[in-house]
Amino acid sequence: MQQLISFATDYSRYVLKGGTKFYTWMGSLGVLMLGMLYVFYLQNTEGLIVTGMTSQIHDGLYFANLVFLVGVAAGAVTIVFPAYAYHHEGMHKVAVLGEMLAITAVIMVMMFVFAHMGRPDRLWHMIPPWGIYSFSSMLGWDVMVLNGYLILNFVCGFYYLWCKYTGNPINNKWFLPLVYVAIVWALSIHTVTAFLISTMPSRPMWFHSMMPIRFITTAFAAGPALIILIFLIIRKNTKFWVDDSAIKLLTTIVTWCLGIAIFLTLSEVVVELYARTEHANGLYYLMFGLHGLTRLVPWFWSAVALMVGAFILFLMPSFRNDFKKLVIPCVMAFTGIWIEKGMGLIVPGFIPSPIGEVTEYYPSFVEVLLSLGIWAFGFFILTILLKGAIGILLGEIKYGGQAAAAK
Amino acid sequence: MTPDKSPSADPAQEKPSHSPTQAASADPSAPGPTTSRRGFLKAGGALSMSSLMGTAALMTQSDDAAAATEWAEHFQKNYRLMTDAEKAEARTRLERRYSSEYGKKVTVDTTGPQPGVLMGYALNIRKCIGCRRCVHACVEENNQSRGTRPGEKIEWIQVLRMERGEFAKDKMNQGYPEGLGIQVGGNAYTPAGQVLEGQYRYEPEAVPEKDATYMPIACMQCEKPPCVKVCPVRTTYREADGPVVIDYNWCIGCRMCMGACPYWARRINLTTPVLPKEEMNPVTHYLGNRPRMRGVVEKCHWCLQRSRQGRYPACVEVCPVGARKFGNLLDPESEVSKILERKNVFRLKAELNTFPKFFYFYD
Repeated sequence: MQQLISFATDYSRYVLKGGTKFYTWMGSLGVLMLGMLYVFYLQNTEGLIVTGMTSQIHDGLYFANLVFLVGVAAGAVTIVFPAYAYHHEGMHKVAVLGEMLAITAVIMVMMFVFAHMGRPDRLWHMIPPWGIYSFSSMLGWDVMVLNGYLILNFVCGFYYLWCKYTGNPINNKWFLPLVYVAIVWALSIHTVTAFLISTMPSRPMWFHSMMPIRFITTAFAAGPALIILIFLIIRKNTKFWVDDSAIKLLTTIVTWCLGIAIFLTLSEVVVELYARTEHANGLYYLMFGLHGLTRLVPWFWSAVALMVGAFILFLMPSFRNDFKKLVIPCVMAFTGIWIEKGMGLIVPGFIPSPIGEVTEYYPSFVEVLLSLGIWAFGFFILTILLKGAIGILLGEIKYGGQAAAAK
Repeated sequence: MTPDKSPSADPAQEKPSHSPTQAASADPSAPGPTTSRRGFLKAGGALSMSSLMGTAALMTQSDDAAAATEWAEHFQKNYRLMTDAEKAEARTRLERRYSSEYGKKVTVDTTGPQPGVLMGYALNIRKCIGCRRCVHACVEENNQSRGTRPGEKIEWIQVLRMERGEFAKDKMNQGYPEGLGIQVGGNAYTPAGQVLEGQYRYEPEAVPEKDATYMPIACMQCEKPPCVKVCPVRTTYREADGPVVIDYNWCIGCRMCMGACPYWARRINLTTPVLPKEEMNPVTHYLGNRPRMRGVVEKCHWCLQRSRQGRYPACVEVCPVGARKFGNLLDPESEVSKILERKNVFRLKAELNTFPKFFYFYD
């Protein structure tokens, strides 16, 4: 018990100490979070009318971010898997950082769920014994696998850190099985998210079995792309050194998952547009506009340009091996997939509506600010989690030892 | 229920009527909106839940009976899991709050499905003239939101207007490639059957319009409803007598059902519905037309407040050309059964295996 208290105090003391850069970063995130709180209050007193959503297009920016972030959470497995299944040395050193990212992403997903619901005050209706758990609903399953993933990563990540902190050996008897369960579970979360939207015959654009695999490939491109960026930032700003081998392996994973994602997208475009039935209207709206409405067309093509561009850059050794230039394709891939899988996938699913109604959706200021705030909150938590984890990995926080100040 | 034999347009019949099992709680002498919180608590104090709500109400520092009621509503069970006593309690609570809110005597019916009844609906698409009276009658009957801000206006029925002349002689060459000179097939460029948002909200000067045909749609009350399957809290479900309903007090507003519905039959209350006091219809049903709250989904329920009392839904009653028919599918003598037996009948989007109980026919 005393160890636990000292773990908590040491951890928070270490996290709280930081330079001007750290406080500026956290402060600006804090400002965005305050904005988020305000608009969240506004949305919950006025109703969803403050968003751009309508009865026609009732899933918007929130849902788009939600779907994307489940992918980021699942993407963390690209670190854990090579670390534990292939005993990759460089990855093993940083596996716990991947778990921290997964925790953060799932928390952000939960926040987007709260933002998305019309009545977030009634979410307890989903939780037995007070509420009803529905086994037939994909949303019910999604909630279950997401919470399971959160718990798994929390337990695995913090148990590892705890052992490092106290100096106890890791009990592999239950730790390793749990890690393997978490690896498979990562696939499940994104698969269920894909099922969430691909099991609706009323929305022809989503109604195909390619959705889960497309989700997994884009997740394993966007997630690691973000992780590479984070690793590069960690290398630059802390004493912690992420091995080149880890970043190189991640680059390989991003490259080929991105390649497969582009291939799958192209296959879909061909299948849909060759015959150009009315079921292709959603995709057609996304690519070229429909009935004179073209709001999403620039988004789609920018996503295509970003993804294809990133793929080409990743293939070039001068970019792949130069960690300064590597930032560019990583940012491109991350943004491209965010567009493609977020707004580019969710919104055209509703256009045209099942009765053939063509209408458009514009995120309102409230939606944008709330989404930004949740992202800020995510980075806020991520910074805290990563900083503490790095402190423990570096040995700067240790049970019984003097807590050293972070750089 | 035999709406076919006893249809009535007589407004005198619009008096609150309750099933015998529920009659006890419909006592008009029940404490009105002026009751103090103490009185209210006493009335509902038999159940431990009520005292919990009372505590919650005390915590809000409010003397208002409505506030206490709202607290109780927050923590009530899913309607289907309520015991008869709890249903009666919920009903009295609602009646009291609505009556004080709308300044008139509001009744909340809780009549359940009657044995031997399966409701069915048939629509003669040949007869529909596109007057949209059904839409307006539905809005009035079912207390839909009628605000002016976008998203505040809710209509459950759409009368889709289709251009006559879609298949005219001069359009028969459509799809032949221009310029190429070689036919490659599959070049039809115009997408079929599309309208811009709100184009079905037309108000023609005279009906029927010469160049139009009409296709009214609303909830199809499917036998295999996709919306029920996707609901994470089981708030929407099919009643034993057919209609798919929503427990508005249990809906979390996740809008999965809206995404799953192939008929676009559901609407989300983006904000608190705009329902003027004087226009509010005081004859309501718990699963039907009682006033909804912000952030929940709503839909057509074939006017449960009417149909369970042996009356026609408002849209059937108002249709000036008699295109809409309603009745008991289990009764071979009902109008709908006879239509299914004799007319040319089809269901919309039959390929999706939803098995609507809403049938289109022509003769």
